[in-house]
Amino acid sequence: MLTFLIRRLLSSIPVVVAVLALCFLLVRIAPGSPFASERALDPRTKAMLEEKYGLSGSLPEQLLRYGFNVLRGDLGDSLKFRGRTVAEIIGQSLPRSLLLGSISFTLALGLGIPLGAWAAAHHGKKADSFLNSLALLTLSTPTFVLAPVSVLVFAFGLKLLPPAGWGTLSQLILPAICLAIPFIGVCARLTRSGLLETLGSDFIRTARAKGVSETNLVYLHALRPAILPLVAYAGPLAANILTGSLVIEEVFAIPGIGQFFVNGVINRDVFLVSGVVLVYCLLLLLFNLIADWLTALLDPRIRVAS
Amino acid sequence: MIFRRGLPGLLGLLCIFSLAGCGSGPRADLVLCNGAEPQTLDPALVSGQLEGRICAALYEGLTRRDARGRSVPGAAESWTVSPDGRTYTFTLRENLRWSNGDPITAEDFCYSWLRALDPATGSPYAEIFYFIRGAEDYQAGRAPAESVEIAAPDARTLVVRLKNPVPFFPSLTSFTTYLPVHRATVAKHGDRWTRPEHWVGSGPYRLKGWRVNDRVALEKNPRYHGADRVRLSRIDALAVTRASTAFNLYSSGQADVLLDKGLIPSLIMPKLRGRPDFHPAPLFATYFYRFNVTRPPFDNPKVRRAFSLAIDKEAIVERITRGGEPIALSLTPRGVPGYRPPAGPVASPVTAKALLREAGYPNGQGFPRVSLLYNKSELNEQVAVEIQAQWKRELGVEVDLRNQEWATYLRSLDSLDFEIARSSWVGDYDDPLTFLDCFATGRGNNRTGWSDPKYDSLLDQAQADPAAASRLRKLEQAEEILVNQAMPILPLYHFVGCLMFDPKKWDGLMPNLLDEHPFSEIGARPPRLSK
Repeated sequence: MLTFLIRRLLSSIPVVVAVLALCFLLVRIAPGSPFASERALDPRTKAMLEEKYGLSGSLPEQLLRYGFNVLRGDLGDSLKFRGRTVAEIIGQSLPRSLLLGSISFTLALGLGIPLGAWAAAHHGKKADSFLNSLALLTLSTPTFVLAPVSVLVFAFGLKLLPPAGWGTLSQLILPAICLAIPFIGVCARLTRSGLLETLGSDFIRTARAKGVSETNLVYLHALRPAILPLVAYAGPLAANILTGSLVIEEVFAIPGIGQFFVNGVINRDVFLVSGVVLVYCLLLLLFNLIADWLTALLDPRIRVAS
Repeated sequence: MIFRRGLPGLLGLLCIFSLAGCGSGPRADLVLCNGAEPQTLDPALVSGQLEGRICAALYEGLTRRDARGRSVPGAAESWTVSPDGRTYTFTLRENLRWSNGDPITAEDFCYSWLRALDPATGSPYAEIFYFIRGAEDYQAGRAPAESVEIAAPDARTLVVRLKNPVPFFPSLTSFTTYLPVHRATVAKHGDRWTRPEHWVGSGPYRLKGWRVNDRVALEKNPRYHGADRVRLSRIDALAVTRASTAFNLYSSGQADVLLDKGLIPSLIMPKLRGRPDFHPAPLFATYFYRFNVTRPPFDNPKVRRAFSLAIDKEAIVERITRGGEPIALSLTPRGVPGYRPPAGPVASPVTAKALLREAGYPNGQGFPRVSLLYNKSELNEQVAVEIQAQWKRELGVEVDLRNQEWATYLRSLDSLDFEIARSSWVGDYDDPLTFLDCFATGRGNNRTGWSDPKYDSLLDQAQADPAAASRLRKLEQAEEILVNQAMPILPLYHFVGCLMFDPKKWDGLMPNLLDEHPFSEIGARPPRLSK
């Protein structure tokens, strides 16, 4: 196990380096300057600012300088939000996205798995096709439609919840649900198809022949191997959902990290973009590692093989 | 079983603790939606209006703006001007204090202005000091700081020598870049001095908290000289980008004021007209198109004129912007006392067609394919599509639409990589010069390649003119060249600003040309007693 862990961590290093370098270079190559605004900037001032933030010289030089700073634990300063460090911005925004994301993640798995299992147990019946269509509907409804409509219904129609903002529990409910809904559909469909495949396998036929009840068959025997594809999906999902979403954060005025992925690029705020991409990359590697570990835990065949 | 019951409770507690750490306390006296997250609260570095609004609450210039946008004495109680109109002597109020108790002196203003001019500070607005003698040379690195002609002979006197008579100079000192900063704090904390834990200022409010993308929390500054007229003790300025979200916050009572037209969804704008909480007002800002005069076909003034005359501006404000915007016949909007903006040409498709024929393109035949550049936004696109159709209809000319994302668009503007480009300009101070100076030869904001010695010389003459009235006449003549003769630009409409607040609950908020809404003027109306 320990060797597995060490090997995985070591193999992650080149991935992180490549992602960070690529991200930095792409933002720097993009036309336009991070310091430009509608009011023309004096070329001397621009040159001075580039010098100050380490963006002068050739691209490889800039990249090396940045890489060296990151190694020392310095992610640099935001170019747009002057006087703020990238670490400070991430430090303030990430915990909020983590809180919201973990609720949504729990919702996605907590509702998706039972719904999928239930659909599989009622395969071919009305309940199955109903759930299937529902899942399809939720995962194909874009959040920029879902979020405003849910605000309209729950905040202004039923007057149950506040329309936006951050700071109270009631303000968390709508965004958490809207963030989770598309993934509930995906989780349900993955569980259902996994279960249907497992239910057709030999060991289930044997169990059935031995007289195991249909409920026990589905929930006790088949579910464990059936959710393996879901586990593989849940790794990237966790990283995705925990780093927030631009649309959800804008619609619900949530001060999270998600908006920096898009707005950082628009502003050519290279250090901020690279910083949030680094966070995303690390989370992705971490959750993929956890997913692999869980897979090994759930599937004895993989354990034997490794 | 106990575990099952306890788990949700435990999760709930966890949530409460994490949320409690987010700095939410009791609601502030006033919650306003201010627009996007402020990029900085260092007045020397501010370039945007939303940051300027917060800075006006945190720092006080020699003068300040009142609720109507008029300039009134601020840190200076009075000033005198020399007969040639070039030397201003400001006298500071007695016993002015920074928010940490230190005395505010004239030296603080000298320091702050020189700091903003210092190339090392990287101020995007340093050129607003160029009215002061020696400022431009210092900023350009051609002269030392000592050559800038500002002096503090004693703690309460500030003497400023200007290049030219600038009748609006006292009101200019309320502009964000002119606001004073606390020297010791800046020296001690460098770039990080505007963090709430370090911050020191001089305005009616103190910086209590500032959370990224959430809010700037302000509280009344008891050391402010006018503290007794500041009515609200706590104000939260929310960072909200999306108009529908801001409007939802307002409609549900979570926010009291929307400070910006951008925070009101344009789709529902026509429905809001006539509501008592909707307060529109003309703004000192213009939406216009630029022609690149450095290459054909727009190097030919006849072509530019033809393209201008073919446009029906009414159609744009009636069908697209729909906020009651006045069409623009000049670059400078109306509203500067004593200044009559020249009326540019009125739409005349027949003349336009004739001009195009004279330029060698009868019915648009042989006209090269040109493109219209704009930055990606729904409004810009709709306006561009409408204008494209009008040019096609009236002149028989095909114009391609070229939309670019913001930073790319700015680069195209700067490098004159366009034929026609969308632009807008917001006046910094209430004088036509804030618009006209952009198009002087070689200015960074010219962005058309246009240059006319007569225009430049009229601007110079106007600026050297000590008599206010004849100064404005010369500016009118200059603008006449810009919008009626050479026409490197095509003004389309003047902006309208909108505020939303309940006038039964709040006073001290008045729509005005410069869109100035100082927080220190806002107060809650006493609730009406019911019988």
